[in-house]
Amino acid sequence: MSEGLATHPAAVDARGWGWRHASRLRPAVQGVDLRVEPGERVLLVGPSGAGKSTLLHAMAGVHGGDDEGEAFGELLVDGIEPARARGRAGLVLQDPDSQVILARVGDDVAFGCENLGVPRDEIWRRVHVALDDVGLDVPLDHPSSALSGGQKQRLALAGALAMRPGLLLLDEPTANLDPAGVREVRAAVERVLDRHGSTLVVVEHRVDIWADLVDRVVVLGHDGRLIADGAPRLVLARERDALLDAGVWVPGAPLGAGTARATDGTAPDPMIAARGLAIGRSVKGVVQRGLELELLRGTSTVVTGPNGAGKSTLALTLGGLLRPIEGRVEASASLSAGLRGEPIAWRSRDLLTRIGTVFQEPEHQFVTSTVRAELEVAPRALRLGDRETAERVDELLARLRLERIARANPFTLSGGEKRRLSVAAVLAARPSVLILDEPTFGQDRTTWLELTTLLRTLVDDGLTLLSVTHDAAYIGALGDDRIHLEHSTERAFA
Amino acid sequence: MTATIGIQDAPPLRLIDRVNPVTKLAAAMLVTTPLLFTVDWVSAATALVIEVLLFTVAGVRLGMLVRRAWPILLAAPIAGISMLLYGRPSGEEYWSFWLARITDGSIELAIAVTIRVLAIGLPAVLLFLRVDPTELADGLAQVWRLPSRFVLGALAGARLVGLFIEDWHAMALSRRARGIGDTGALRRFATMAFALLVLAIRRGSKLATAMEARGFGSDRTRTWARESTVGGSDWVLIAIALAVAAAALGAAVWAGTFHPVWA
Amino acid sequence: MHATAPSTTAATTQKRNLRWRVVDIVVAAVLGIATGVVFIFWNSVGYAWFVAADAVTPGLGGIAVGIWLLGGVLGGLVIRKPGAAVFVELLAATVSMLVGNQWAIETIYSGLAQGLGAELVFALFLYRRFGLLQAMLAGAAAGVGAWTLELFTSGNLQKSPEFLALYLGTLVVSGAILAGLVGWLLVRAIAATGALNRFAAGQDVAQRV
Repeated sequence: MSEGLATHPAAVDARGWGWRHASRLRPAVQGVDLRVEPGERVLLVGPSGAGKSTLLHAMAGVHGGDDEGEAFGELLVDGIEPARARGRAGLVLQDPDSQVILARVGDDVAFGCENLGVPRDEIWRRVHVALDDVGLDVPLDHPSSALSGGQKQRLALAGALAMRPGLLLLDEPTANLDPAGVREVRAAVERVLDRHGSTLVVVEHRVDIWADLVDRVVVLGHDGRLIADGAPRLVLARERDALLDAGVWVPGAPLGAGTARATDGTAPDPMIAARGLAIGRSVKGVVQRGLELELLRGTSTVVTGPNGAGKSTLALTLGGLLRPIEGRVEASASLSAGLRGEPIAWRSRDLLTRIGTVFQEPEHQFVTSTVRAELEVAPRALRLGDRETAERVDELLARLRLERIARANPFTLSGGEKRRLSVAAVLAARPSVLILDEPTFGQDRTTWLELTTLLRTLVDDGLTLLSVTHDAAYIGALGDDRIHLEHSTERAFA
Repeated sequence: MTATIGIQDAPPLRLIDRVNPVTKLAAAMLVTTPLLFTVDWVSAATALVIEVLLFTVAGVRLGMLVRRAWPILLAAPIAGISMLLYGRPSGEEYWSFWLARITDGSIELAIAVTIRVLAIGLPAVLLFLRVDPTELADGLAQVWRLPSRFVLGALAGARLVGLFIEDWHAMALSRRARGIGDTGALRRFATMAFALLVLAIRRGSKLATAMEARGFGSDRTRTWARESTVGGSDWVLIAIALAVAAAALGAAVWAGTFHPVWA
Repeated sequence: MHATAPSTTAATTQKRNLRWRVVDIVVAAVLGIATGVVFIFWNSVGYAWFVAADAVTPGLGGIAVGIWLLGGVLGGLVIRKPGAAVFVELLAATVSMLVGNQWAIETIYSGLAQGLGAELVFALFLYRRFGLLQAMLAGAAAGVGAWTLELFTSGNLQKSPEFLALYLGTLVVSGAILAGLVGWLLVRAIAATGALNRFAAGQDVAQRV
């Protein structure tokens, strides 16, 4: 039913536009001259911090008022200031969890309409159309927290669509999603554009997802200035080097991170073994049963599988952080080095030098207020003494390129820097086994390369590595062994 | 956070399930607030007995009561003990140590306070066995006409509780992984609380942006997708609440035990 | 053009806008709720017994109570708008009581009274000053609010004057330190993480390049 196609697609006009956040000295973006025609589809790329998000937020009219920063130049959507035309632009952000506003799917989609003063009957009509547009086929009272990442992003898109916007703004919508979610969102956006012909501006590192959907690629440089603008193929070819430097995933660029090494003939030494293992977050929520596996010294193993199959749970259980529901996790003699019992029973300090775990969300692991102090946590917990501590810390700072930010507050770092810091902090204890949960989630190309190269080197030097990942490229580079989990048929719902 | 707080297996209750959540809130306030003005066992006991009767009629069973209200059942005697030891002394004294004095007066007050805690606590627990936050918010904004920006902002923020609890658990595990999980519980708690607040504010800021992008917070009059209404059942519940409060206070006055807190 | 940036910023932060933005509302809600969640875990660390003990000791238990007054101070210092202290403390008190659905209407009143205490202090300073002094006074005032309310809800008016005086004293001191001082330090530390960039509290912190 195409009653009420999107109100006509919007045009965006930026003339010498710039924005400075109140807490910074230099502008985030400056001198942007951009004209987007109604119905055009634009992909915005550039290095982190180039102000792409700022520009998008400004187009949606949500970058904040006078007490949050200073604007220069002019930015208009259909000739009006965006802040006065809310509802004209629909914005979808990167983090699926932070965009869900209400507890039920139908209510969440209706929210935008309510704010715009749409009459009640019309609201629910629009809700149905919007959910159909994005292909989200769940009942209206389905709990919004029970959706997958891809579903949540589509929910956010539906919520934006219900407002009948002429302009769609997507800020890294697929960065935090697994491959299935990425495909879902991409398909949804394509369908929406086909049906409504809205103008589109999308920001993303992973160019290949959007390259054939957009008409135009715009590149922003480090200082926030426009450095290229044109048809996708042309720009990607011409600015290839600049884009690669900026960490953009240019399609077709080889990764050169090395490939998975086939195991050589030496006798395998299982560092950690699982026997008849059943895992879950609680006794009522067992996700896998009867697991039998081994992690061999000096190999890199990847754990793959769909969301909810228990990959993270497995990683945490093998890491001695979650209690096995049934069965045992055994550590080899070389790993235990004198300790008895399973890893779950070891003291925290003993666990530290044997098995290191890096969590999916780096911010969950920060305990101090500077990068250097963060790296010192492990050596100090081991009571290593000042000289040894300083040596280890300096080595890690150099190896992971964190010297420049050694005194910064961990929470203020960029995504890539936080990831490097969380890995470095765990390496400071020199564990024999390292467990990583989604290490390359949402990372740009540069960080990805650094991390995978470092890990490959460590594994070649004898580290035992276990990674939970969706990333196909990562599996290619570091997937010597693979554990694939599927949903167990007798899974109980917690 | 699930859509409703409360046991999923709570059986349906007569009348109570049919009213608007804000009516339940009003009823709870109407029943309990007058009791706050007096400390005497007659008003408290009258209220308590009537409340238990009414709830039984509505369908609440003893097992459910104990399961849900156990913190109040625990808090009541504790409050009583404090009053026993430090209540205004009068009449014969039975025991004293430093500032604590057990007297006739303090015993009477202690009993009154114990029953009072129960009489005040139970209605809220039982009325709110099943509360849907969205419905409550709708009621507060549409029926009580509280500013919708605050009500909805709070509702959206409240949804994040589930995420915060997950964050907390993840942080606890990561402390163990980083070698600092054995000692210094207080210090660990402090860093976790801090990190949680930082994460919370970050998420809140992002949520605020998302809400603004959907047109929230402007001066335009908003419409409501879900209508929140009050009907006959609501007024019945209010009337019952008023009656209980009146009966309790009336009984105290009639028995001569009415004892205003400020006397 | 940008060399004048520091003075421009100073001017804009002093221009107070007392109207609540959406981010103010949502972050205030989130602060209240997160603080409440922290209290729930604080209780389960074994302080529930402490509170019980507080009921038995002659008013000295008020010493540890200050931490529960933190919401109002945090709200006032971070949001800096009228009503922030009340709003945040109210939410924190309500959430922290939801453990086991132990929900008594009194907790709403407690949150209100405590929040109002803190709010009055910030109002007294016309919502212009948010330093350590204001924070500690607000914490102390929240303590007074709690004490006043408990005269009714716990029937404390029926307790001996010595008990009441001691209780008031400990609440005021506890509020000033555990809510006021801790709250002030907490806000500074949070601002250092950059999480408060959209608030005056975060913009006061030394600017990065």
